[in-house]
Amino acid sequence: MADNVTPAQFPIPQDEDDPSRRDVIMIAAGGFAAVGLGLGLWPLLDQMNPDQSALSLATIEVDLSHLEEGQALTVMWRGKPIFIRHRTAKEIEEAKAVPLDDLIDPIARNPNVPDGSPATDANRAATDREPWLVMIGICTHLGCIPKGQSVTDYKGNYGGWFCPCHGSQYDTAGRVRVGPAPQNMYIPPYAFITDTKIKIG
Amino acid sequence: MSHPSTYEPNSGFEKWLDARLPVVRVMNDQFITFPTPRNLNYWWTFGGILTFMLISQIATGVVLAMHYVPAADRAFDSVEHIMRDVNWGWLLRYTHAVGASMFFLAAYIHTFRGLYYGSYKAPREILWILGVLILLLMIATAFMGYSLVWGQMSFWAVTVITNLFSSLDAVVPGIGTRLVQWIWGGFAVGGPTLTRLYSLHYLFPFLIAGVVVLHIWALHVPGNNNPTGIDVKGPRETLPFHPYYTMKDGFALVLFALLFASFVFYAPNTLGHTDNYIPANPLATPQHIVPEWYFLPFYAILRAIPSKLFGVAGLIGSIVVLFFVPWLDTSRVRSTRYRPIYKWFFWAFVVTCFVLGYLGSQPPEGVYLILGRIFTAYYFLFFLLVMPVVGWIEKPRGLPGSITEAVLGPEAKPQAAPRQREPEAAL
Repeated sequence: MADNVTPAQFPIPQDEDDPSRRDVIMIAAGGFAAVGLGLGLWPLLDQMNPDQSALSLATIEVDLSHLEEGQALTVMWRGKPIFIRHRTAKEIEEAKAVPLDDLIDPIARNPNVPDGSPATDANRAATDREPWLVMIGICTHLGCIPKGQSVTDYKGNYGGWFCPCHGSQYDTAGRVRVGPAPQNMYIPPYAFITDTKIKIG
Repeated sequence: MSHPSTYEPNSGFEKWLDARLPVVRVMNDQFITFPTPRNLNYWWTFGGILTFMLISQIATGVVLAMHYVPAADRAFDSVEHIMRDVNWGWLLRYTHAVGASMFFLAAYIHTFRGLYYGSYKAPREILWILGVLILLLMIATAFMGYSLVWGQMSFWAVTVITNLFSSLDAVVPGIGTRLVQWIWGGFAVGGPTLTRLYSLHYLFPFLIAGVVVLHIWALHVPGNNNPTGIDVKGPRETLPFHPYYTMKDGFALVLFALLFASFVFYAPNTLGHTDNYIPANPLATPQHIVPEWYFLPFYAILRAIPSKLFGVAGLIGSIVVLFFVPWLDTSRVRSTRYRPIYKWFFWAFVVTCFVLGYLGSQPPEGVYLILGRIFTAYYFLFFLLVMPVVGWIEKPRGLPGSITEAVLGPEAKPQAAPRQREPEAAL
């Protein structure tokens, strides 16, 4: 650069170059860019959430007329197995006899009853239709499918379900009795639409 | 170590290029004349072997991707199509699958070598941290690659491992479930999960390659550690990387390739699980879910802790603790050779890793569970208690005065090292 070019030739009006004014512009520009980046990033992340076609499979109807006492049925809902069990009187009695203090998870995990309801057998089974137990057949530990739907399956010490992955055991109301699973098997939202038909979802 | 450049561009083109993009100079200085300690043993050859394995995995993976179909109803069949119909498909797939095992074998030896000789200690902390980062990326990549087969083990491994994130429900209710559904792209593992795992399985090896470049860069600033753990004192104690270590690494690579080839050609399925030749079935969990052998110690740690959240924390912590090793070890000497007390704890740690590997393959009940808890405890105590305390109380054995003295004995007269000849003569 030539020597004769000095700052004096480009006078900076001091009153217009207040440093705090520059700070405001820098912060505003940076903040605006950050908001833009966030908005641009959101579609890239949100595209991974369950899409419209997955959400649209959210309701199914199941006919239970052929399910005799003591039998169980597994159906698919939202890609998950739904366990439906027509329980025997003995199984219901066993489940009712358990004091709530003995449970690992004392909450019903049933969206069809008020939030946080205790895990009594009545709160786990279908409303006013005690023989019927409908739940998402996924172990709450790490997502394996417990054994116990088939007559010949080992059902664990509590006569319900046994998870082969890490040994969790569930009783005849689907409540966890032996860990490592932390919670009772979840109940899906469902309702009886006729005496022999339920709608899940 | 940083050293003055010895590159002399000869031709006019080399001079022209050197003034614009000095890539030949960098290659010459870092991979031909790079001063390397004279006393590196064969445990130091695994860096080269790992570079070969990364290239092998990327090359076979790119061509497998030309035939594989990442769709839930076709993935398993397309893998069988590769095995039966594609020209050389069986060789490419077995090389890729066995290659993952070989990659981990070499990475674990490389890591244990670094642990034994204190290669993580100042000034090589960043080098070590980048290495742990590569190990983490390798774990993620191998897990996603295994899922692509879409057999029973693939499917249920994905289910179990992605469900680990649902343990966050114990911290903030609902957040774990949201996160897991975001990972799945649905309400269970399915087609959307497979396609994203495929996309990321293709991406991650290139991330690894990028971190490998940084890893080598961080290595070439202080230079190699060596079996004595003492610093190089002068040019007499080093040799140019080529031909001395290119030959040594090359010989070790040939031996390693022999092992690799024996598995590929004679026992390609020995390291895998037979259940993965059953197509994925979302309604039936296999009797025993077992990960590949290289994840078994971590799986044993997960199952040893009787709480979902803390089990997951233990699993993640078992890798993350490695990041802090440079500051957990309080010893003033690097090499375990000169550490009479720590030596025993180190080998006990190696045995612990093998035992945890065995326990990870067994059902989590009875004596296996108790042993799993004992060895998991030692795994963490080794890092969190032994490393700081032993380094503090231990009196190290006398260090040799120099690398030369360590190799040739205290009376040895330093002799002129054959180094830094003219490039033509060296080649």
